[in-house]
Amino acid sequence: MGNLLSLTTFIPLLGAAILAIFLRGDDEAAQRNAKWVALVVTGATFLVSLFIWFGFDPSNTGFQFVEERPWLLGLQYKMGVDGISVLFVMLTTFLMPLVIAACWDVKTRVKEYMIAFLILETLMLGVFMALDLVLFYLFFEAGLIPMFLIIGIWGGKDRIYASFKFFLYTFLGSVLMLVAMVAMFTDAGTTDIPALMNHDFGSETFSLLGIQIIGGAQTLMWIAFFASFAVKMPMWPVHTWLPDAHVQAPTAGSVVLAAILLKMGGYGFLRFSLPMFPVGSEVMGPLVLWLSAIAIVYTSLVALVQQDMKKLIAYSSVAHMGYVTMGIFAVNQQGIDGAIFQMISHGFISGALFLCVGVIYDRMHTREIDAYGGLVNRMPAYALIFMFFTMANVGLPGTSGFIGEFLTLMGIFQVNTWIAVIATTGVILSAAYALWLYRRVVMGDLIKESLKTISDMTTRERAIFAPLVFMTLLLGVYPAPVLDTIGPSVQALIGQYDIATAAFESATQVASN
Amino acid sequence: MISADIQTVLPEILLSLYAMGALMAAVYTIKDGAAALLTWVTAGVFVLLAVWIGINGSGTTQAFGGMFVDDAFARFSKIIILISAAIVLLMSEGYMARRDLLRFEYPLLVALAVVGMMVMVSAGDLMALYMGLELQSLSLYVVASLRRDSAKSTEAGLKYFVLGALSSGLLLYGASLTYGFAGTTLFSGIIDALQKDVSLGLLFGLVFLLAGFAFKVSAAPFHMWTPDVYEGSPTPVTAFFATAPKVAAMALFARVVHDAFGGIVGEWQQIVAFLAVVSMFLGAIAAIGQRDIKRLMAYSSIAHMGFALMGLAAGTALGVQAMLIYMAIYVTMNIGTFALILSMEKDGRPVTDIQALQSYSKRDPLMALVMLVMMFSLAGVPPMLGFFGKFYVLRAAYEAGLGWLAVAGVIASVIGAFYYLRIVYYVYFGADKDGTDARPTPILWTAAVVTALIVALAWLPGINLFGIEPVAAAAAETLVN
Repeated sequence: MGNLLSLTTFIPLLGAAILAIFLRGDDEAAQRNAKWVALVVTGATFLVSLFIWFGFDPSNTGFQFVEERPWLLGLQYKMGVDGISVLFVMLTTFLMPLVIAACWDVKTRVKEYMIAFLILETLMLGVFMALDLVLFYLFFEAGLIPMFLIIGIWGGKDRIYASFKFFLYTFLGSVLMLVAMVAMFTDAGTTDIPALMNHDFGSETFSLLGIQIIGGAQTLMWIAFFASFAVKMPMWPVHTWLPDAHVQAPTAGSVVLAAILLKMGGYGFLRFSLPMFPVGSEVMGPLVLWLSAIAIVYTSLVALVQQDMKKLIAYSSVAHMGYVTMGIFAVNQQGIDGAIFQMISHGFISGALFLCVGVIYDRMHTREIDAYGGLVNRMPAYALIFMFFTMANVGLPGTSGFIGEFLTLMGIFQVNTWIAVIATTGVILSAAYALWLYRRVVMGDLIKESLKTISDMTTRERAIFAPLVFMTLLLGVYPAPVLDTIGPSVQALIGQYDIATAAFESATQVASN
Repeated sequence: MISADIQTVLPEILLSLYAMGALMAAVYTIKDGAAALLTWVTAGVFVLLAVWIGINGSGTTQAFGGMFVDDAFARFSKIIILISAAIVLLMSEGYMARRDLLRFEYPLLVALAVVGMMVMVSAGDLMALYMGLELQSLSLYVVASLRRDSAKSTEAGLKYFVLGALSSGLLLYGASLTYGFAGTTLFSGIIDALQKDVSLGLLFGLVFLLAGFAFKVSAAPFHMWTPDVYEGSPTPVTAFFATAPKVAAMALFARVVHDAFGGIVGEWQQIVAFLAVVSMFLGAIAAIGQRDIKRLMAYSSIAHMGFALMGLAAGTALGVQAMLIYMAIYVTMNIGTFALILSMEKDGRPVTDIQALQSYSKRDPLMALVMLVMMFSLAGVPPMLGFFGKFYVLRAAYEAGLGWLAVAGVIASVIGAFYYLRIVYYVYFGADKDGTDARPTPILWTAAVVTALIVALAWLPGINLFGIEPVAAAAAETLVN
């Protein structure tokens, strides 16, 4: 099984090619075939990826299943997974069949829709597996193309504005990262990610245009990578593309965006910023912590006043990603464990919440909170599931949302008590906006005429939610599968980070004496 | 002695003889009746010459006392020029025939222009350079105004001629200054003279020469002719302008700055970097307001020349290699894009308004996909080939210490991405309109699909840009030493 990772990555692309070449026509039969092919392909991808999961050895902190072949310009095609990335790979392959099942009711250009999602899955898996800088960039950026089309073709009323904003915003962030990658390539002479992790990038302080740059080249490169990942994450104040993109994207697009695409930013911090630029992270870390604290409180407050359900959940996503960045840049075991856990759990929970919105949007074709109320009377099953994920979003103990938040708060408390205090208010605020949303949509008497005939969830819809409920509960009461997998890799990462920053501090002390 | 010289310039001589012979033959026989045949034969001759140069050429030989140089760099450029000219000729045949523009002079003028380009890239002397350049330019002025009864086409030809003459004047002025201060027009002599003493007169000469070249590659701020000429010329001619002459002018630019002024990289580096940064931003920003796809492609080509100049500004072998690869990729993308533009028609008349592309994807999904690939590639979004071109030049610029230029370049590419995205937007999610109705002819269809496949897939491990990378590296090595 030497090519297991490539196999997993390119099965969806193969499926897309089959759809594009062999499926003709746009009648109902063709549409049904397209959906089934996509579902079978994503399901098969998940099954193949299980081999990765069960073949993975968590005690090994290096990269596993590595494959390598020469490429252009001294670059290489290199894939591999470690304890951190294997989880994101599994998250992606697990969610994609559900995403496909969630767009069963799409009627326009079904074939193209399925092709776009299959290509997107290949690119997302590639991001998490790539072990070459340029290969990573290639997958990372190429993902913009299908997402641009998904928002632009199948999106809502203002889809054109949203798709352009999404594309240009993320593109601008990423090109600066490209320049930094070129700089790294020049400096280290290689684009091999494991080799770069061990490479010492210059941290001599120098001045540029009259500004003293502490941490030197590392800080500049860190900033360039930050520009890309902070937009992708998204962090306050560069989050504004996300609510627009979420509101305009079709349900399945929102799910992919929230559950997987946002995680690329956090993954990037863990894969590049911390191990490659430890000094840069040390210098800029406090800034990230404060931005995260502001993000948690500010976006939670913004979420409170939203009239549009998707927008509310989008702002809640930004707040939750604030915990992630906070945990990552606390740089201790609890913080990073918590951040990764939070990303995985947010993948299930936010995905499920967008699906919840999708369920009633499909029936009423509006996302206005005011248009609903008292749904529990006609949709008891929906009320139960929505309640469950609202609670998970708030971070109720027993759901996976709790563990992530708790661990990150514990991590940050050891670093900066004030930020921990501010961030904890976010937990309260999240309860406020999430429960208020729930009350306005689901509880109360059913008085609106238009809602009198609304029907409860179909079997298909329940089947989509079942695995998400299961995972959220499982990780809530038994987080070991995730924590055991990431533990050794995170420990190795922190060990390396501490050595590098200690060396930098003693060097600066010598210099100042 | 003379026979060895002739041996070296044999491809150019054969092509000139062919062009003149065919011209005579056609004039005294069936005239325009032979046009279609001549188009095919000329394209065939181009391809044969390209193959011949590719197989036969080796090492570096000089002819006529160093006035003409045949080296790996010249051969690389010539092959791109010949192949792209051949493809554009084939693509234009149907379009020209339908509009009654297919005159027998067209392929032959293109052939003469190609002779000029081949002399340009092989020039080892300012005189040979000027001769090649003028042969190329004069032929191009004529083909620009091929549609004699159209005001726009004649205007394009006239504008091109007047501004081209101005730039030739600048160039000649620079050449005469250089000759005056170096005492020779041979590149090898100039580089020796510079080793002794870098006089102000030589620097003046350099600046004027560079201004002339900047005009020919349509780099800002010498770009003004480009949009009008692109718009006014018949579309196949525009496609030709966007490909082969750009490669030739860029190769000539590299040849002169390295062969003649290679000793003073620091002096011209600033100028080239300035041209690059202005071109990239001007191309990116000015194209936003364009509604005509030919004008848009003109500004797009200005921006792309900026990127190619970024590679050249590095002043290293890596930079020249990056520039050559960039130009090869650029030509491929432009052939594909113009194949699509050539097939845009409504009721038998060509349309160039980008609004006509609205919801093109519903009418012709395959061609729409080709358009998508081309636009993302021109914007430099991976995994398309355009990204790799940008990556090469960025790396060359950064390694040469031009980090600021690399940053400026990527920011310009984000601005530029906007108008490429807008075309994708029209094609895929524009309003339902019936802007174009024609189907591409088989030749255009093949050109579009093949270039799209190349652009989307040639980077795959195992294909590796068809091994162009080491060839370009060898070509760059011979130029920079």
